[in-house]
Amino acid sequence: MNAAGFPLLSLLTFLPLLGAGILLFVRGEEQAVAANARWTALWTSLITFGLSLILWFQFDKTTADFQFVERLDWMPEFGLGYHMGVDGISVLFVLLSTALTPLCILSSWEAIQSRVREYMIAFLVLETMMIGMFSSLDMVMFYIFFEGVLIPMFLIIGVWGGARRVYAAYKLFLYTLLGSLLMLLALLALWYAAGTTYIPALFELRIAPHVQVWLFLAFFASFAVKVPMWPVHTWLPDAHVEAPTAGSVILAGVLLKMGAYGFLRFSLPLLPQAVEWFAPLIFALSVIAVVYTSLVALAQEDMKKLIAYSSVAHMGIVTIGIFTMNHQGISGAIFQMLSHGVVSGALFLCVGVLYDRVHSREILRYGGVAKIMPVYAAVFMLFTMGSVALPGTAGFPGEFLVIVGAWHANPWVAFGAALGMILGAAYMLWLYRRVIFSRITRDDLRVLLDLSPREVVTFAPLIVLTLWMGLYPSSFFSFFEVSVAALVTRHEAAMALPRLAGM
Amino acid sequence: MFVGAVFLPLLGSIIAGLFGRLIGDRAAQWATVICMALAAFCGLSSFAQVAWGHAPATVEIVTWLDVGGLQFSWALRYDTLSVVMVGMVTLASTMIHLYSVGYMSHDATIPRFFSYLSLFTFMMLMLVTADNLVQLFFGWEGIGLASYLLIGYWYEKESANRAAMKAFIVNRVGDLFFMLGMALTFWTFGSVEFGTIFQGIEAAQQVTFAGYPVLEVIALLLFLGAMGKSAQIGLHTWLPDAMEGPTPVSALIHAATLVTAGVFLMARMSPVIEYAPNVLGFITVIGATTALFAASVGMVQNDIKRVIAYSTCSQLGYMFFAIGVGAYQAAVFHLFTHAFFKALLFLSAGSVIHAMSDEQDIRKMGGIWKKIPITYAMFWIGSLALAGVPYFAGYYSKDFVLEAAFAGHGWTAKYAFICGILAAFLTAFYSWRLIIMTFHGKPRADHHTMEHVHESPAVMLIPLFVLALGALFTGAYFAEDFVGHHWQAFWNGSIVNAPHNHIMHDAHEVPGWVPVAPTIVGVLGIALAYLCYMFVPSIPGKVAAAVPGLYRFLLNKWYFDELYDRIFVQPARRLAQVLWKTGDVKIIDGMPNGAARLTVQASGRMVRLQSGRVANYAFAMIIGLVLFVSIFLFGVGR
Repeated sequence: MNAAGFPLLSLLTFLPLLGAGILLFVRGEEQAVAANARWTALWTSLITFGLSLILWFQFDKTTADFQFVERLDWMPEFGLGYHMGVDGISVLFVLLSTALTPLCILSSWEAIQSRVREYMIAFLVLETMMIGMFSSLDMVMFYIFFEGVLIPMFLIIGVWGGARRVYAAYKLFLYTLLGSLLMLLALLALWYAAGTTYIPALFELRIAPHVQVWLFLAFFASFAVKVPMWPVHTWLPDAHVEAPTAGSVILAGVLLKMGAYGFLRFSLPLLPQAVEWFAPLIFALSVIAVVYTSLVALAQEDMKKLIAYSSVAHMGIVTIGIFTMNHQGISGAIFQMLSHGVVSGALFLCVGVLYDRVHSREILRYGGVAKIMPVYAAVFMLFTMGSVALPGTAGFPGEFLVIVGAWHANPWVAFGAALGMILGAAYMLWLYRRVIFSRITRDDLRVLLDLSPREVVTFAPLIVLTLWMGLYPSSFFSFFEVSVAALVTRHEAAMALPRLAGM
Repeated sequence: MFVGAVFLPLLGSIIAGLFGRLIGDRAAQWATVICMALAAFCGLSSFAQVAWGHAPATVEIVTWLDVGGLQFSWALRYDTLSVVMVGMVTLASTMIHLYSVGYMSHDATIPRFFSYLSLFTFMMLMLVTADNLVQLFFGWEGIGLASYLLIGYWYEKESANRAAMKAFIVNRVGDLFFMLGMALTFWTFGSVEFGTIFQGIEAAQQVTFAGYPVLEVIALLLFLGAMGKSAQIGLHTWLPDAMEGPTPVSALIHAATLVTAGVFLMARMSPVIEYAPNVLGFITVIGATTALFAASVGMVQNDIKRVIAYSTCSQLGYMFFAIGVGAYQAAVFHLFTHAFFKALLFLSAGSVIHAMSDEQDIRKMGGIWKKIPITYAMFWIGSLALAGVPYFAGYYSKDFVLEAAFAGHGWTAKYAFICGILAAFLTAFYSWRLIIMTFHGKPRADHHTMEHVHESPAVMLIPLFVLALGALFTGAYFAEDFVGHHWQAFWNGSIVNAPHNHIMHDAHEVPGWVPVAPTIVGVLGIALAYLCYMFVPSIPGKVAAAVPGLYRFLLNKWYFDELYDRIFVQPARRLAQVLWKTGDVKIIDGMPNGAARLTVQASGRMVRLQSGRVANYAFAMIIGLVLFVSIFLFGVGR
């Protein structure tokens, strides 16, 4: 039943929590506590990452079933239980979470100086919530983890954020909570209908089309905010701008993927007719997101805000891909989610590097950085190219497949998605030019130091991943190939049914 | 050998880029030059093996992507078409690397420059040896990136940054259509690999897309992509600005290789495009218009590199209308010869600029031909080839292109022929205007600059000699193979003419005056240039004064930049501001913020009710009681 021979997923999920628990008991001088907290958090997250590699090597890529399954009944009379497991769609997101967390902790090494212990606790709890969310197979657990993510994130932004941190934190919290309450209703309805909260059992459910519509809308309210889709995206730029660097990295890298993951886990398999029915709406909103937010990104004067808006545009590509309902589109969307996690996370780290030195995110504050920080400029260039989806970097395969898939659904949608290529190049190069190129005009910039060894270590895995995902994406696609095929087949079968009944 | 030709430049690029600071400038630059030279050796020997030995080959490296039937690999496809390009690119690039050793010797970041240059060459080779559209797109975007980096090489110059960005973004406009073209290709043929596509042509002829034959739509999308890279009218605006880069870059990227990628794409996709007659007509018109337009603008420019840049644009127009009339072989032939003489012209121009202490304005030159005689001679050879003077390389290719246009069918071919002849006249005129203004007459530079005028070092002159050999002999030597009677054996199926297309035959059967016409107008153009700029120098001023409108129209490049600025750039910026400040901040954020404010206000009012006075509470309770009792007694709402 379990390829690892021991409850791997539970271990992955709760190990960070254990680390956080240990941190609670650290006492002593403030400096010593801070140092202890940093090292404990780093080691905890590294061990978690190391363990999660078992998933990478032992995951069976030939089946669409859930693997590493753990099952404990809790309240069998209500169909509630503790179920963990991953399939091809979720396994890589678990890995993404475990890989990004140590990098985040590394990048906060010097940037965070106050309440270090609490900060690290928040991050470890966050990791627990993320891994738990991607590996739960029980609706109630899913909901708890899904919402639980908000708490550490709220604290990270609200306590360690910038000047308007409280406003941003509340905005994040209220926006996402509002949507989630509707999702809770939908989950309760599903539970009522199926008598169980075991997600794979729900797949057997046949839901009447008009009910599907309401369920879809309820899920949509929650997931659309999380993605975020236009027009409920405005919490994101504020949250990003105010969050500390590592918070932005996790926010862009993993949290934005939760909405899209929700679509894949619930909306697509459970509500096929509604998906078909709402696809044009999603396409419209996504194309607007791509064009609108790209244009808005063009006007930004704050580096983080610009990248935040670019995230919205990239997630627009993801939602297009998911709702094309064909193999290329969905695979492309999943890949785009992964690559965006790596690339935009890295871009936020890039901004963080400058912010740590100069304490400003204003674009016009910089200029000519290439002269004094050539290594940094090269790294930034690579991730810029990843963001504009240059072939050979991580951004390309996803975007390409989504456009191919979208063309099949509707060529105009493909055209809209492809417009992002031009606008994306425009805002990223405009950013790069103003920050990295041109002549140095401010004297305080002349003394900046190039990347420190710690920063190089932080960037190195992301650089490798960006190139690897671009040059040999097959090693990632092979994970979800079968799962996506099963998803598409199930959808097509479900769509064929009513037609057969009608005949 | 096949692999080496492509990957050696990458090796050089990595050595110089990553370890440049470790091993020092000289080691880094010579490492790239040596890698390039080895690549050129591999490239030329594969040319011999594949083109003359008739042994095409495909080297499969590894699967790139395999998703739901969409499968393609990293693979190197060596057929005649690609080895022609590989041979030309590696040779030209080696020469330009060598030249750069001299030209960039005073630069501060030499390894960076050579790393970019080698990276560019690698990407170009990936493009021409691709065996599927996506790998071609990889090279396509890769050369875009490299050219962006090279144009913006001097990143402290604002104009260079602007030009680099413009080049990348304008190219992306074309890339959008390329991307869509790939998507449609996949859904039509079930593959993006050339082999599968070419086999599926037969079946695809019956397929329609939105009421149009699908092959027409694919051809149109790919051509729109090619227009961006190859700077055809409408998407040409980036090319002249790209002259901000160092001159060797202009020679390599904006003359010999990058800009010809679009022509190559069309030739590569010839089996598809052959069955898209309407798009072929469109290509002809665009190509012909570009040829004439760019030549007319080239006439009045004053920057030595910009004149040559417009001439490149114009020559690309020739290649495109050759494709439009179905003579792909002629287009590739012109591409091939053009690479040599245009690179020669650019490098000679670089030599002039080097000699004139970085002056590029030809109004500030003159009277230097005796001081730099070798450069002067090289410039002549390049210009003679460009103008199509008999027995130079350009003569064979350009003549054949024009003959093909004459032999082509329909009004578009006639239009192309007329534009081509007119452009040939203008080409000769502006080439000699350039020569005379640059080298002859009284020196117009200050004497300080004039004292420093010197011939370039040997490391810069040797590449010039090699390219000059190309400009002199490639035409005569290869004409028979490329477009002559052996073309079928030579191309060996790598370029396909449909059974209904007899252009390669018809072009040899044109009336006797047609082959002579380009030569005659060329000589007339040269004569006119001598008249205007050497013997009676007052004429140009008078002409410009007589038709000031036309002069300004040409000087401002037909106002394309201004037009685009008005209709695309400015509105986009304004729209961006509006969407942000109004759309996001006021409307979308206004709602939650407004709701929050409402809540605060409402709770503020509610707070006032809870005053803590028992009398008030009692009063409220009595009112409530009265209300309930009256409802109960009098049955309101019953």
